[in-house]
Amino acid sequence: MTAENPILAPGLPALSPSRPHPGPDNYLTHTRGIASWLFTLDHKRIGVMYLVSVLTSFLLGGIFALVIRTQLLTPTGAVFTTNEQYDTYNQMFTLHGAVMIFLVLIPGIPGALGNFVLPIMLGAKDVAFPRLNLLSFYLYVFGALFAIAAIIMGGVDTGWTFYTPYSVQTQTAVSTLVFGAFILGFSSILTGLNFIVTMHSLRPPEMSWFRMPLLLWALYATSIIQVLATPVLGITLLLLIFERLMHVGFFDPAYGGNPVLMQHFFWFYSHPAVYIMILPAMGIMSEVVATFSRRHIFGYRFIAMSSIAIAVIGFLVWGHHMFPNGQSAELNAIFSFLTMLVAIPSAIKVWNWLATMYKGSIDLKTPMCYALAFLFLFAIGGLTGLFLGTLSVDIPLHDTYFVVAHFHYVMFGGTIIMFLAGIHYWWPKITGRMYNETLGRLGCFLVFIGFNLTFFPQFIMGSHGMARRYATYMPQFKIYHQLSSIGAFLQAIAFTMIAVYLIHSLLKGKKAPANPWGSATLEWTCTSPPPHDNFKSTPQVGDPYDYTYIVWDAQSEGYVRVDSRTAAVESEANQASTH
Amino acid sequence: MTQFKSQGTGGGVPYTVPAMATEPVSHAHDPNLAHHFDTAQQQFDAGKLGLWLFLTTEILLFSGMFCIYAVYRHNHPEIFEYGSLWLNKILGGLNTIVLIFSSFTMAWAVRAAQLGQQKLLVRLLAITLLCGFVFLGVKFVEYRDKWRHHTLWGQNYQPLHPPYAHGTGGAAGTAEGKTAESAPAAAGPIASATAPGSLPGITTPALPVCTKDGTKLEQSQYAESPLGPPGVAEKVAAPEETNAEPANVQIFFGIYFIMTGLHGLHVIAGMAVIAWILRRALRGDFGARYFNPVDFTGLYWHLVDLVWIFLFPLLYLIH
Repeated sequence: MTAENPILAPGLPALSPSRPHPGPDNYLTHTRGIASWLFTLDHKRIGVMYLVSVLTSFLLGGIFALVIRTQLLTPTGAVFTTNEQYDTYNQMFTLHGAVMIFLVLIPGIPGALGNFVLPIMLGAKDVAFPRLNLLSFYLYVFGALFAIAAIIMGGVDTGWTFYTPYSVQTQTAVSTLVFGAFILGFSSILTGLNFIVTMHSLRPPEMSWFRMPLLLWALYATSIIQVLATPVLGITLLLLIFERLMHVGFFDPAYGGNPVLMQHFFWFYSHPAVYIMILPAMGIMSEVVATFSRRHIFGYRFIAMSSIAIAVIGFLVWGHHMFPNGQSAELNAIFSFLTMLVAIPSAIKVWNWLATMYKGSIDLKTPMCYALAFLFLFAIGGLTGLFLGTLSVDIPLHDTYFVVAHFHYVMFGGTIIMFLAGIHYWWPKITGRMYNETLGRLGCFLVFIGFNLTFFPQFIMGSHGMARRYATYMPQFKIYHQLSSIGAFLQAIAFTMIAVYLIHSLLKGKKAPANPWGSATLEWTCTSPPPHDNFKSTPQVGDPYDYTYIVWDAQSEGYVRVDSRTAAVESEANQASTH
Repeated sequence: MTQFKSQGTGGGVPYTVPAMATEPVSHAHDPNLAHHFDTAQQQFDAGKLGLWLFLTTEILLFSGMFCIYAVYRHNHPEIFEYGSLWLNKILGGLNTIVLIFSSFTMAWAVRAAQLGQQKLLVRLLAITLLCGFVFLGVKFVEYRDKWRHHTLWGQNYQPLHPPYAHGTGGAAGTAEGKTAESAPAAAGPIASATAPGSLPGITTPALPVCTKDGTKLEQSQYAESPLGPPGVAEKVAAPEETNAEPANVQIFFGIYFIMTGLHGLHVIAGMAVIAWILRRALRGDFGARYFNPVDFTGLYWHLVDLVWIFLFPLLYLIH
């Protein structure tokens, strides 16, 4: 055993690997039949159902994006050419935004991956309120159905921000879509509430706060925002519906209301919502970087606390969406300053990830490729955010493609890229199958190239004055728009390829070992896929980033944890002899 | 949470809840303990934290409305001064007392559940539920009056007569049914002097809050802006002109209906939950070992009560 083990020193014969025995019973086979899925209280199955729903929504939002990019292939529009058809274009970008934000980015990582791994990483059998968890999923489905109903009823053309007074005047299905978003808000609140309580009350005795993997810290910060910000969106959307149905007049100038007040309400939620989207991605980043660098995460407490800091500061910056919208100069200056503050904890995280990789033995598996892509893209997205947070620069750039490019670099280059990293990272754990590593890396490469081709030209044309949301444009922007569209089609090809090899792996993939990557967090101590109750007995909790005792085991073609008690004695003996 | 000190309602002896101990309870013997919790204490703590977080979201939901209230009240105090004249202080006050009393019975019900006093628990929950019905009944009467007087939100604000004809002491319009409606629209302040006296034992406050020259009405605190944001820059009536009502009173009624309506929905939701735990209490589900749902429902009910305690002065008692 030890002879096959290149990491172990020859002088340590006493180490015995503890390899989880893959039993026939796992969460997928525990019970059978469609009803056992639809009414399941198992957080893992709920996570899988979320994953399927979110990816379906991603497909839908992606199709809308492709329609937009096809339209913009020519200056006069390649698809929609008359005034009435331009309305359809307006509906396309509205639905792209609404679907991607409310159905993909916000529930994506917490709902799908968070639900699956959070209790296992914590060493718990389930989330604190399993029934609430299922309710949360069905609220998501219900909200999504309302969104689809809005599409069938003729779409919505307000933009995803639903600004009044236009959202009160338009005849499109605003109320339906807004009500869908309202329901989705409840889903989001309940997930966040469940996660907070789970982390407070279901940690095993040895799992102290500072032994939690950093993904859990990120999800904790996310949950705080979900619980504290989403209710404000709830009342805003409710008031918007009342405004349309009853003309209560808070946001509608026709009845004495103030539209800027609506913008304040909207962004009080929707700016923190950006951190709901990005924080879990940063959490996955911490896991992936440490695992594939085989090096203890650098600055654990700084990364953990910066997540909380981002959540807190994120509540105070919403006014930067309204710099040219009639805010006072003092307020603008304050919001600009506070916006700059967010850069500090974000940069702390980035430097810590870089420092983790420094002198690590980096293994460029697919999740790590995505993590590297994230570093580049998030850096660009974050730094251009500083441009936009600067008052004088924001005025000309406001509502141009520069803004579009900026938030796609953060939301897509940040969240979706890390969502993909997370899907690849936990794919063996969720499905019990390995995907094709070569295709995985190729997919990552194509997404990276396609993404930059799509959005980098948008920075340039935005800074040259190309305003967002127009169905046509002046000929001088043609080359940028065409490059952008070609990039979008390349991404479509890349995502199709990724979908194909992932589905193929389900059918033909190699069986996954318990710990294919050599990670030290608790979910890798379970079999792949995990058993119904996650752990037969309360798991032994250690440092989540200590890779010392995790070694390659050729027999199971995965990593195993050598008995740390024996190893601890050995290492103490070693230390005693060296000092 | 293992020890509950007696609050003086019963024996006055410190009371220890036996089953809330921290040692693991055999799952087979405790049907109320979910499989993923180790102890009843852990389950109770998780539930309580979850409930407090839920209450936080409720507060934030209402805070959006309170924020709208604050913004418009600050910008247009005269709208609120004028609009509140329409509201019936007596009925509002009655509802306040009903809700506070129901909070008391609810708190006592939690205590009864902890002590295993089954009959008392059932009675107290029933009283709490009844209070909910009384509240909704009174609210219905108030809404009906607004409906009849066409003092509604937005474009539906088309009052049949000035507020002082409706009577600030208010029970008159509702108790007598037709009184307010039969008052001629042009009756003016003198007609109001006769209207409120019809309920014996209720002294109505001095009527001419909105005097003919309107001096009591505050002026907008904002100076007129030549470039004001749309919708808020309307010229505020000068004191000598305030015989006419201020502009945009419909905003007040929008706020009134949405805040009280949202609150009313929470009352209905709370009543549904109380009915459910009342059913369980009748089955004898609760006792010293397990009273979590009663405790949690109680907390929610207190929050609903608390929101009303803020709504009542903010909407009804404006001077």
